Amino acid sequence: MTDDKKTDFAHPNRRQALMMMGAAGAAGAAGLMGPMAIGRDRAFAANADASGQLVLAFSQEPTVFNPLMPHIEVDEGLYYAVYDPLFDFDPAGEFFPILAAEVPTVANGGISADGLKWHLKLKDGVTWHDGTPFTAEDVKFSLELTVDPEFRSFRSTGYKLMQNITVISDTELSWEMSEPFAPMAAILASTYIVPKHVFDGVADKNETVLNTAPIGTGPFKFKNRMAGDHIEFEANADYHMDGPFLETLIIKYVPDLNVMYTQFKSGDIDVIGLQYITPDHLAEAETLDGKVVKVTGRATFESIGLNMMRPQFADLAVRQALYMAIDKTSIIDALYYGVPTPTETYMPQQSYYYNQSLPKHEFNIEAANALLDEAGWAKGADGIRAKDGVRLAFSNSTTAGNHLREQAQQFIQQTFAMIGVEMEIKNFPPAVMWGDYWMNSEFDSVMVGLNTLAGADPDTSDYFMSTMSPARGGSGQNTFAYQNPKVDELLTKGAANFVPEERKAIYEEMQAVMREDLPFLPLFQYAVIKGWKDDVTGPAPNVNNRIDTWNVRDWART
Amino acid sequence: MLRYLLSRFGQSLILLLIVSFIGFAVLTLAPGGPLSQFALSPGMTQEQIDKIAAQMGLDRPVVVQYFDWITHLVMGDWGTSYRDGQSVLHVIGSHLFATLLLMGTATTLSVSLGSSIGIFSALRRGSTFDYTMTVLAMVALSIPTFWFGLIAIYLFSLNLGWLPAGNMYTVGDGSVLDYLRHLILPAAVLALVDVAIWSRYMRTSTLNVINQDFIRTAKAKGLPRRRVVMKHIVGNSLVPMITLAGLQLPMVLGGALVTETVFTWPGMGRLFLDSLGYSDYPVVMGLLMASAMLVLVGNLAADLIVALIDPRIRLE
Repeated sequence: MTDDKKTDFAHPNRRQALMMMGAAGAAGAAGLMGPMAIGRDRAFAANADASGQLVLAFSQEPTVFNPLMPHIEVDEGLYYAVYDPLFDFDPAGEFFPILAAEVPTVANGGISADGLKWHLKLKDGVTWHDGTPFTAEDVKFSLELTVDPEFRSFRSTGYKLMQNITVISDTELSWEMSEPFAPMAAILASTYIVPKHVFDGVADKNETVLNTAPIGTGPFKFKNRMAGDHIEFEANADYHMDGPFLETLIIKYVPDLNVMYTQFKSGDIDVIGLQYITPDHLAEAETLDGKVVKVTGRATFESIGLNMMRPQFADLAVRQALYMAIDKTSIIDALYYGVPTPTETYMPQQSYYYNQSLPKHEFNIEAANALLDEAGWAKGADGIRAKDGVRLAFSNSTTAGNHLREQAQQFIQQTFAMIGVEMEIKNFPPAVMWGDYWMNSEFDSVMVGLNTLAGADPDTSDYFMSTMSPARGGSGQNTFAYQNPKVDELLTKGAANFVPEERKAIYEEMQAVMREDLPFLPLFQYAVIKGWKDDVTGPAPNVNNRIDTWNVRDWART
Repeated sequence: MLRYLLSRFGQSLILLLIVSFIGFAVLTLAPGGPLSQFALSPGMTQEQIDKIAAQMGLDRPVVVQYFDWITHLVMGDWGTSYRDGQSVLHVIGSHLFATLLLMGTATTLSVSLGSSIGIFSALRRGSTFDYTMTVLAMVALSIPTFWFGLIAIYLFSLNLGWLPAGNMYTVGDGSVLDYLRHLILPAAVLALVDVAIWSRYMRTSTLNVINQDFIRTAKAKGLPRRRVVMKHIVGNSLVPMITLAGLQLPMVLGGALVTETVFTWPGMGRLFLDSLGYSDYPVVMGLLMASAMLVLVGNLAADLIVALIDPRIRLE
């Protein structure tokens, strides 16, 4: 268990903080592990008795096997099986080490007080699936690959601030940051380390064996792939942590959700993964024999995002009136079968940084009308309000074919009409919707599900900092083109602060400011319906990770 | 004959070129593109997307991209999939077995069964058999495959437990028997509609032949009924079927999207839809070119065979 001691970066609780200060934390903190210890009550040398096969289904097909190349959520399902990050988030949002011997914090000296110097210790004796020893050189190589101009890298945020990455020994390395950047730890938690030696003598770094037969340090070895159907993995007997407890893991691609549910019912699928059980099947699923079905929150929130460059949305009274004219409860209960939870913010309710005291939304057509009357938006002959030549008419766009969203749009369209607002529905296929139309803020308003966080870190600069709007000449994901000096200030302060309690205050204030300002009208936080056979242990919800397999090393069959 | 073949070959090349150009233009000019799927990823920036686009050559003018692609194609290089980094021919090849297995079985089943039903219906025109088959064909044609597939799974897998609910084989098994068990439902569902279609074609074609003078002559000569039917009626009514079968060739290799989806069968139909969904241009173009070639080859083969067996037709 000594490998799994829980070190803490994001927000050590009092007991942990005291322990770390006592410099005896390393051994003692091991007893603190709670929810993530599933499956670990087995013998320490459990690697030897990995047994059984488990079929995990996804409704999309993992195809990108090099974790540092551009990929989508479902590809990460494979990464957690084959590769390892340095450390990761547990369900409580706290770090635990994987390839790292301990998670670097200011308290343990891994990060300097100003956040500029990092020092990382790695586990000894870890090997790649091909038997080559894993060393600090692999970590250095992986981190540098993300900013290699020749390499088709998925992300460069954070990595490009790293300088002088120095290998001190096989198990130690250090680097400097060009500026303090608190989200770096969260970014590292979703950085899977790749083996340096497979890039040796390769002319094009985009074309390595990792693309077809990935080699990692993870709990499972890649065995084979049947394109369009499934990928097979076998237990890594030399895994450096507890587990794996399964001999064979199958990731099965089932493109249709109805079919996926049917195969879950028939028993062909052991664990139903990404895109999960559709809400309309929830009532039946809960009655199935021999299955565990759980509704769990996701970090994604649904909202009506407003393009803040449009004159229709410049007036705060309009945004507030629109928010009041949305019948959230009916949308959640009638369309989404009551599965998601209403929210007032972008921050997941499971997060340490979630502000619990935000004003609650109220559906009130009368108050919305009164607010608009008062603000001088008068109804024209066509029944649509206008002021200073601006008509309260706009379009709303989302992914065509997403039936629930399309019904929600129609519902909102009707309640908006009751306050003299005309909302036209203008939907596009995904490639069009989330292409330039989204990135360059060519829409009036959108209905979108967003996860603005990187892991459990509360920084959302990419989405809400005024300099991050491509339409305003910036670079980032601020597609609502939101500009608020107070928010900018809070984001800047928060990203340079390494003390969790202080950061909490900063981000709670920011949520309050944005709840008042409403650059997007928050609808609900997504929840998904997960299911697995009752002889499967291990699957555990974790709002801080993008995909179910975050702890696949612990999964077992009884 | 050689001249005919050469001119057909020339025409085909020009057609392929036109198809490739239109396909490429429609695909690349549509908004979105292969990188839009990353837009909603946490931490993705426009700057990063632009960088990836430049590395993949997607920032070049469409015409330049087209010439780059077509010159490589002429040299035998079909390109590399954006999705999984494999060569396009490998990607297509890896779906070939599943597709041929399902489509081959279904087509063989539907053509043989459909033709037989068609012939019997025509010979006993107006009989109970004929009416029953006509009604059944209409029903089969009106049932949506998706629904029918799910009903079949519900009945034979969930309720009766006789057959698997999908997939091509059980991972870890993969014996011939295992494949066959998995093949029954999707092949039957797929064949059902096709049997209906083929039986209608065959019935019409047979009726056309039955009323011809030479059949009356054959009967008048006192030939046994069996001989009249087998040699004169069936032989002649099969000729138009050959042309239809030629048109069927690209379908056989193109897969069946709906059936593949319902039965999670890793065939070409899913590959095409998935590649289209992810704007995997090289694979979509590869599939497009392959199916265009098959249309041309299928047609040519049908024409040649018809000319070979029907002495009235001469290819010039």
